[in-house]
Amino acid sequence: MRSRVARPSFSLGRTGIYLALGLGAVVFAYPFLWMAMSSLKPEMEITSLALWSSHLGLHNYAQVLRKIPIFRALLNSVVVSATVTACVVVFGSMGGYALAKLRFRGSRPLLAVILFTMLVPMHVTLIPTYILMVKLRWTDTYLALITPFAVSGFSLLVFRQFFLSVPNDLIDAARVDGCGEFRILTRIVWPLSRPAMATVAILTFMSSWNEVLWPLIVIKKFDLMTLPQLVTIFAVGGQAEAQLGMKLAAATLLALPIVAAYVFLQRYFIESMATTGLKG
Amino acid sequence: MRGLRKRNPRGQARAASWMILPYALHFLVFLAYPLAFTFVLVFHRWDVFTPMEWVGLANIARLVRDEWFLRAIWNTLVFVVIHIPLQLILALFFALLLNEKIRGRTFFRATYFLPVVVSGVVVSFVWLQIYSYESGLLNQLLALLGLPKLPWLTSRALAMPSIAIMATWKNVGLYIVLFLAGLQSIPSYLYEVADLDGASGWQKFRWITFPMLNPTVVLVIVLSTIGGFSLFIEPYMMTDGGPENSTLSAVLYIYRQAFDFYRMGYAATLGFAFALMVFAVVLIQRRVSEGEAA
Repeated sequence: MRSRVARPSFSLGRTGIYLALGLGAVVFAYPFLWMAMSSLKPEMEITSLALWSSHLGLHNYAQVLRKIPIFRALLNSVVVSATVTACVVVFGSMGGYALAKLRFRGSRPLLAVILFTMLVPMHVTLIPTYILMVKLRWTDTYLALITPFAVSGFSLLVFRQFFLSVPNDLIDAARVDGCGEFRILTRIVWPLSRPAMATVAILTFMSSWNEVLWPLIVIKKFDLMTLPQLVTIFAVGGQAEAQLGMKLAAATLLALPIVAAYVFLQRYFIESMATTGLKG
Repeated sequence: MRGLRKRNPRGQARAASWMILPYALHFLVFLAYPLAFTFVLVFHRWDVFTPMEWVGLANIARLVRDEWFLRAIWNTLVFVVIHIPLQLILALFFALLLNEKIRGRTFFRATYFLPVVVSGVVVSFVWLQIYSYESGLLNQLLALLGLPKLPWLTSRALAMPSIAIMATWKNVGLYIVLFLAGLQSIPSYLYEVADLDGASGWQKFRWITFPMLNPTVVLVIVLSTIGGFSLFIEPYMMTDGGPENSTLSAVLYIYRQAFDFYRMGYAATLGFAFALMVFAVVLIQRRVSEGEAA
């Protein structure tokens, strides 16, 4: 990345390059800016292409808050995504540690099984998992939203890969001192693996926060809906009575937390996905 | 060191089994069981409320003659065939630009990446406003340029391409970043040697950059194939499969069979068949790319 020697120059010329890059930036950013600004406009001015209006205000947000339990949905989403992320990081690092640093029978077949399960598309397990939730009477509970995502083979692989680079001497020294494997993991390996934990946490939190198909299937009670689910139902269903401004406000509220996180952790978001090639 | 590691192999094995336990339980409950159950469902009719009924191969016989499913697969293919090349070209284009010596690389990269992190629900909803016929942003822009309005989501011919363009806009940032990483891993001495030989910019791209990027291209194609075939939330939110079912995707069709009509057995059969197809497509892609590499 650093110390870049001259690369073959694009035939566009410098102005052309900046022009293309700038146009790209407008194309990617404008829709979100438009959404956020329009949610502050009165209904009459919303469809205008312009971002600014002299009548900006929070009236749409006030109405959304009155109409749908959006704070409850926000709370649900935070609880679900935080729990899923914590579980995936803890369980994933446990499994990854066992695969990377412990000798036990079946560790190779286990690795093969994990790789295979990552290829199984979600369409196959969707319906039986839903039926399982019905049988367990877990529909309309947090359990249905959390348990299917609480462990991921993907996280085991990321942690295993990272833990392989932790020196064995360090772990053996702790063993000689009589340290148990769980304590070695939490006291020695975890503090050394912040980058891997950040990668797994960001990818998991993001995909959990944005998940909408599964909540639509297992949650029917308004009180338990996640934010994306509630916004989907609100924006698609007739709840808003064609009030575009309210729908835009709801969509903005859904985008806001993840965009805020992205603004502060931008580098980590991009690196997480660039190194794993996954959107979570 | 080996001796030390072997000090307490039994203790290690016991610790390992505890550490693997969460994954093992999760695997049994949420993967092995559902897969086995799907296989059972394929041979049954079941509406969730009444007991299961054995129907033998009736679901499969029905699937073979299901014109709607064919239609849904065709629509999904249309989407994938527009989406993947468009995505590859745009991602490569922007990655090449960003790889130049420019100011503000971090800003541009972060901006292009923004749609990747935002929920598909938000993106679908905003693009619904962009594509709207009467007052959509795109048609307003066309009007400013003195061009006629286009029925982006309301005509059979344009609806699926419109969704494919939107999906490209949403995901291309990820692939830009992947290509950029690929470009920066190309050793610069290759270009220096080419410069000594007097190669032109295009020749360097054709004979150094492009071949060296091959692994990234394969990765991008495989990832966007899997992503493309699971197309659901965009048509679900934006067109509800219309107009005239032109945006009914395979996953949307399966979802409707299961959760609108409660045909669990048939939906499981569809899911199984579709997963096999996607699996086959990815395998073929890998074969082809390995064949090219060899």
